[in-house]
Amino acid sequence: MQQAASSDNIVDIENVWFGYHAERPVLREINLAIPRGSVVGIMGQSGCGKTTLLRIIAAQHLPTRGRARILGRDTATLDREGLFAMRRRMGMLYQFGALFTDLSVYENVAFPLREHADLTEELLHDLVAMKLEAVGLRGAAHLTPTELSGGMGRRVALARSIALDPALILYDEPFTGLDPISFGVISRLVRQLNDSLGATSIIVTHDVQEALGVVDYVFFMAEGRVIAQGTPDEIRASNEPFVNQFVNGSSSGPVPFHYPSPEYPADLELAA
Amino acid sequence: MRLEWDKLAEDARGRLERLGGNVTALVWRLGYASRFLAYLVMHSGTALKRFRLTMAEIYFAGVLSLIIILVSGLFVGMVLALQGYETLQRFGASESLGVLVALSLVRELGPVVAGLLFASRAGSAITAEIGLMKATEQLSAMEMMAVDPIARVVAPRFWGGVISMPLLAALFSAMGIFGGYLVGVQLIGVDPGAFWSQMQAAVDLRNDILNGVIKSLVFGVAVTWIAVFEGYDAVPTAEGVSRATTRTVVTSSLAILALDFVLTALMFTGGNNG
Repeated sequence: MQQAASSDNIVDIENVWFGYHAERPVLREINLAIPRGSVVGIMGQSGCGKTTLLRIIAAQHLPTRGRARILGRDTATLDREGLFAMRRRMGMLYQFGALFTDLSVYENVAFPLREHADLTEELLHDLVAMKLEAVGLRGAAHLTPTELSGGMGRRVALARSIALDPALILYDEPFTGLDPISFGVISRLVRQLNDSLGATSIIVTHDVQEALGVVDYVFFMAEGRVIAQGTPDEIRASNEPFVNQFVNGSSSGPVPFHYPSPEYPADLELAA
Repeated sequence: MRLEWDKLAEDARGRLERLGGNVTALVWRLGYASRFLAYLVMHSGTALKRFRLTMAEIYFAGVLSLIIILVSGLFVGMVLALQGYETLQRFGASESLGVLVALSLVRELGPVVAGLLFASRAGSAITAEIGLMKATEQLSAMEMMAVDPIARVVAPRFWGGVISMPLLAALFSAMGIFGGYLVGVQLIGVDPGAFWSQMQAAVDLRNDILNGVIKSLVFGVAVTWIAVFEGYDAVPTAEGVSRATTRTVVTSSLAILALDFVLTALMFTGGNNG
């Protein structure tokens, strides 16, 4: 999937660098291309830059160097109108849902439709019912976000993120903190919604084993770089030490167990 | 001796540098807040076109503040009447009690005390709500849905506060005058005719009431501007939101008192007080 920019690619990241401070880049020389219709995972340990990369794709950050071409538009050239026009074709699922707590489940899902489409209440009701039915929560329309479990909240947020039938759906740690049943439901929905909407999905996660069962292709990141990529089977069979350690959850490997520290005996003030 | 001087000079330089840094940071923040206000006003179309969004905030900031405003107004008026009567009767002018109560409330206490209460009750709530929306990524989610959070969330709260504040100040003054009447006329026994007629004759519509309304409007803009800015700019953590809420109450209260002095100096000096 690291190929030249193509009209069939929903996301083209070319030689992208990004840093909050010039002297400490978070992303270094990232190149990746994501074709239309695929479900792609961006994986790596916490702090490796994967969420920052998602924010570059969502145009919440602009690359310090390089080019991010999303849905056919170079994000650096977009004004606010252009940015919002592009985002109307995107959906994003946040780690903890980010539901509007002052609105009911129904109103949360209706929110983007009310903001962007001039629909009758009847049509709006039907559309919201369809989106909630897709995530299995049509019966919970009257509840408030505080009455939902973590998994249900994530599903409502998913219904809201697909309300405008997006071409690109971004998932930020969608499996974190879910019980096995909720995890199964969410992962099935990710695949199902992607295929039924004809969308493209990008999942940022560190839940490797779970995500490998859902995605078509994986980019592995470490220290701001893409260090490995491939299909789930290729990743499982990879000899790359970091990928091995990550996939197997081993405490020994290129990622040390100990944070850099002075010698232990010296710290305990023991005589040599 | 030489070392002592060097140390003192170093110390003074450090203090000056810190002072300079603080002043620069303050000016930068003021500029940032002003740009935020300009952007907010320019993107108020949604709040004004879909006025029910602003109406909901008038209910939240205004109607829900009514209890504290009315009860405080009543007691302030009652205390004013007690204190005022005590002083006025020494000069045989106890029938001017209505004038004293009304002018004190309409010119000063109404806008200032209502403003301070508004900052504590509604300002802090606005900051906490926007700050928590930021901390729980609700504002970010809105941006990702191509909805501008300043236009959709901040502007209705700003205009709701700006509209509510003069109404609350007017109700505070009205309730205070009623409290003054209760104590002055009903309890102490001041002549009701003198109480009301002297008040009517002495209180001027433009110089007193209109100036009071202008004050409360200015306080409303200041408090709500500070509240929405602090919420939007809050560090998105529990501690950050807590600090932002505290800053709203402290900064708003100081702003009200400082603005009150400036406005009073402009309005009621130079023989402009009727």
